[in-house]
Amino acid sequence: MFDDFFTRALIAGIGLAITVGPLGCFVIWRRMAYFGDTMAHSALLGVALSLLFDLNLMLSVFIVAAAVSLLLLLLQKRGALSTDALLGILSHSALSIGLVMVAFMTWVRIDLVGFLFGDILAVSQADIDLVWGGGILVLAAIVYLWRPLLASTVNPELAEAEGLQPERARLYFMLLMALVIAIAMKIVGILLITSLLIIPAATARRLATSPEIMAVLASVIGVLAVTGGLFGSLHFDTPSGPSIVVAAMGLFVLSLLPFGRNRNVETAIHSTHGGHH
Amino acid sequence: MLRKTDQAPLVSLNNAGIRRNGRWLVRGVEFSISRGEIVTLIGPNGSGKSTTAKAAIGVLKPDEGWVEKIPGLKVGYVPQKLAIDWTLPLTVERLMTLTGPLKGREVEEALHSTGIAHLARAEVQHLSGGEFQRALLARAIARKPDLLVLDEPVQGVDFSGEIALYDLIKSIRNKTGCGILLISHDLHVVMAETDTVICLNGHVCCRGTPQVVSQSPEYLKLFGSRAAKTLAVYSHDHDHTHLPDGRVLHTDGSITEHCHPDDGHHHGEHAHGEHDHGAHDHVHGPDCGCGYKSRLQGFDTKESDRV
Repeated sequence: MFDDFFTRALIAGIGLAITVGPLGCFVIWRRMAYFGDTMAHSALLGVALSLLFDLNLMLSVFIVAAAVSLLLLLLQKRGALSTDALLGILSHSALSIGLVMVAFMTWVRIDLVGFLFGDILAVSQADIDLVWGGGILVLAAIVYLWRPLLASTVNPELAEAEGLQPERARLYFMLLMALVIAIAMKIVGILLITSLLIIPAATARRLATSPEIMAVLASVIGVLAVTGGLFGSLHFDTPSGPSIVVAAMGLFVLSLLPFGRNRNVETAIHSTHGGHH
Repeated sequence: MLRKTDQAPLVSLNNAGIRRNGRWLVRGVEFSISRGEIVTLIGPNGSGKSTTAKAAIGVLKPDEGWVEKIPGLKVGYVPQKLAIDWTLPLTVERLMTLTGPLKGREVEEALHSTGIAHLARAEVQHLSGGEFQRALLARAIARKPDLLVLDEPVQGVDFSGEIALYDLIKSIRNKTGCGILLISHDLHVVMAETDTVICLNGHVCCRGTPQVVSQSPEYLKLFGSRAAKTLAVYSHDHDHTHLPDGRVLHTDGSITEHCHPDDGHHHGEHAHGEHDHGAHDHVHGPDCGCGYKSRLQGFDTKESDRV
């Protein structure tokens, strides 16, 4: 039927889409699109460090992304600069430091475009195991943390007053984001990870009547986008990441066509995208 | 009426102070809430009412003093501001179980008692201000808390809605015997059922019991007989006024840098309240909200002249 590499990419991509659906919902509910971007961009620094110290790639990406998010929390508490200025500094610094480090390492040859935009050819059996293993871990954690995460998304003080632990939920959420970025990198690429988080979730908003339904729908829409994008990528010989994002965008545009119920949602979705470049 | 005042208080604040960015938001706050008791916090904007309430429920940790809670205290909280993002699909029904599971019956009862049963399936973003306040109140009472903390629960609600909500709060207290900490947006008019009024302005300015409106024919005329049963008037008893420059004007006409309890300017410290006048290094707003100021200084008071 298909070549092995394509089947592997499809299996990995579907696993990834299911994983990022619920997480992506929290990213847009909490208005953290740019935050996700910053963590994703820092992944290239993780790639460079993994090459330099000969570490496992996903592990070092995870560690760097988690470290960047913790650093941001620390800087936010100092309150010297606005959050979006801090994000801009962290995001592009981490990306640039990664690129500069890679340029210095003349002894390694890496496919930079593959890291930035995803490379279906690079998906191995080990990657599939990691995507599905990591994905199940992330989904289990989201189910377990659902109530405190959702309550603190609505209002952290309310959640804390009524016995939930919003700070802890927030920390776990950051770690889950870092984990997802580490496993998504090969398939959609560093620059496009957040779009796989945001676009299916935003598409699901118009169809959903509860947070839970929206999370499930975001996964389903993500699976459609990944499948469509990967077939497109195979057919037109385009990089896998952008192809998936184009497919996701197509579904989003479809969802905006006026056969839904709720017109107000459109403006809301646009304003959520405001902070995202 | 379920009153178990002999039991230990649900929450007590002991000389509690909260400091942010080198400034005391509130300091020297002392009060407690027992089962069946309604405590109302009043004070001008920025006087530390919400901060004090957050300290009472453990959302903010006091930087001095301490807060004692009974173990396993179950809190129902209606925050002052709650903005739910448009991207979050949330019906009133789903809002009810936000912080903990409830039985369908409990949800129904709470929605029914706040008069919004017909809105169960409405998205919260579509509610009017008053409907949303009712939904938040329904959510807080549905979990049958020991302590209900309501931060300006009648904001955005019209006058008759305000009376209805206060009646509801009263009946919740009578039915469940929970303690209620209420923050009022009005400096003078409070719920008639209030046991203790605490006037804050960076510290406890004065405290006491409200004067029941229905006993005064003047107010009866002003509020109407139904409202007069629900509302009460609190007359402030301040012995000093915080001037715009942070200095303190005492009733004997003298002005000091701080209000110390032992500087001889204060009248009857025990009747006035149990709070400790520490060195206040905070700056007060121009409006202390007390009658003394407007009388003594002729300052414009911002609050409506309903009383």
